[in-house]
Amino acid sequence: MANFSISGIDITGVAACVPKNVVSNYDYELLSESERRMLVKTIGVETRHVAPKYTTTLDYACAAAERLFEATNIDRSEIKLEIFITQSRDYYLPSTAILAQHKLGLSQDCMAFDIGLGCSGYTYGLSVISSMMKSTGIKKALLLVGDVSTVTCSYNDKSTYPLFGDAGTATLVELKGDNEWHFDLHSDGSGEEAIKIPHGGMRHLLTEDSLVEKKREDGNTRADLHLQLDGLTVFNFSITKVPKSIRSFMEQYNSYPSELDYFVMHQANKLMNESIRKKLKFEKEQVPYSLDRYGNTSSASIPLTMVTELNQELKSPQKLLLSGFGVGLSWGHALIQTNNVICPPILEI
Amino acid sequence: MVIEDFIGKLEEEFDDVAAGSIKPDTDFRNIEDWGSMHALIVIALIDTEYDITLSGADLRSVNTIQELFDLVKSK
Repeated sequence: MANFSISGIDITGVAACVPKNVVSNYDYELLSESERRMLVKTIGVETRHVAPKYTTTLDYACAAAERLFEATNIDRSEIKLEIFITQSRDYYLPSTAILAQHKLGLSQDCMAFDIGLGCSGYTYGLSVISSMMKSTGIKKALLLVGDVSTVTCSYNDKSTYPLFGDAGTATLVELKGDNEWHFDLHSDGSGEEAIKIPHGGMRHLLTEDSLVEKKREDGNTRADLHLQLDGLTVFNFSITKVPKSIRSFMEQYNSYPSELDYFVMHQANKLMNESIRKKLKFEKEQVPYSLDRYGNTSSASIPLTMVTELNQELKSPQKLLLSGFGVGLSWGHALIQTNNVICPPILEI
Repeated sequence: MVIEDFIGKLEEEFDDVAAGSIKPDTDFRNIEDWGSMHALIVIALIDTEYDITLSGADLRSVNTIQELFDLVKSK
């Protein structure tokens, strides 16, 4: 079981950046007025920040990192590890993390690499970066996390188009203090069809046909280069396996909702997240949402929610449960302590 | 667990449905504007209220509210 603890790691700061272009789901022409109301109530997304063409996750994550450097007053040359978590890379190659090393003016002595994960990315990322820091002794590391998902959603697909927003985030992690963090990470590739972009990779190379929008069994219209999402399968996975694994993870560390400050969940879908919250018996006040204004921002959703909803609270010590779950299928949880996390206001570019 | 409570909970969840308009023999796909969102709401409601998780196939196998209620009871 990928279940382990790491001590002596602290989050110094978190920053987030989103596109300034805002799209409202109340303007989605494929739905009637009552369907739009129903959609907003159910998935919980009113507006989303949508990137213009050719602006990428790298741009948003680097803007967030610049804001973070400024707010924390850190010497960027001291960063010796930088990990970029994204499923919307600039290029097939090279890796986005290496582009970020140059764009941010990080040292050439900084190791940099990508991890290709989505909704579970932040908890996985924290686990990898803290494990590496602990084993290498690297004192300062940068975790860049985010996605531009909207470019891969067809306007004619009601299951994806109104759900996703774009964002890039930056988290500065330092080897210091005596916090003890716990992680619990899972994967199930048998669920690969649940959330997928079928064409454009090596298995189905891009062809002219990949771009043709076709009517699908689920009644939606999309191309094979678009994101497909099997809502019911994802929903069932999220309200069964996810809370079950969180519960056993919490029991393992004698952790209870009443002694935790906040449960920051991947901002997947309001109905789904509320089902998980109720099952695990967390109070409403313990579970912050940014979903209504920013949509599902994939791997960025946890750090984005920390920045928009908890920036004041994170100035003092907090005990947090973090949980990311989705594409893969992949899911991961973290029980972490923080001391004073600097969260500059969200940036829009 | 009685069907009246079950119907009451469903009516509460669906915004555009008047109280008393859903009957045991109502085909739930005929509820006004029925769509995939309603299916998710039904699954979430049954999951949180009765701790039973229905699959998409389960939901497709029944038509009326009574059949849905019987399915939940049988699980």
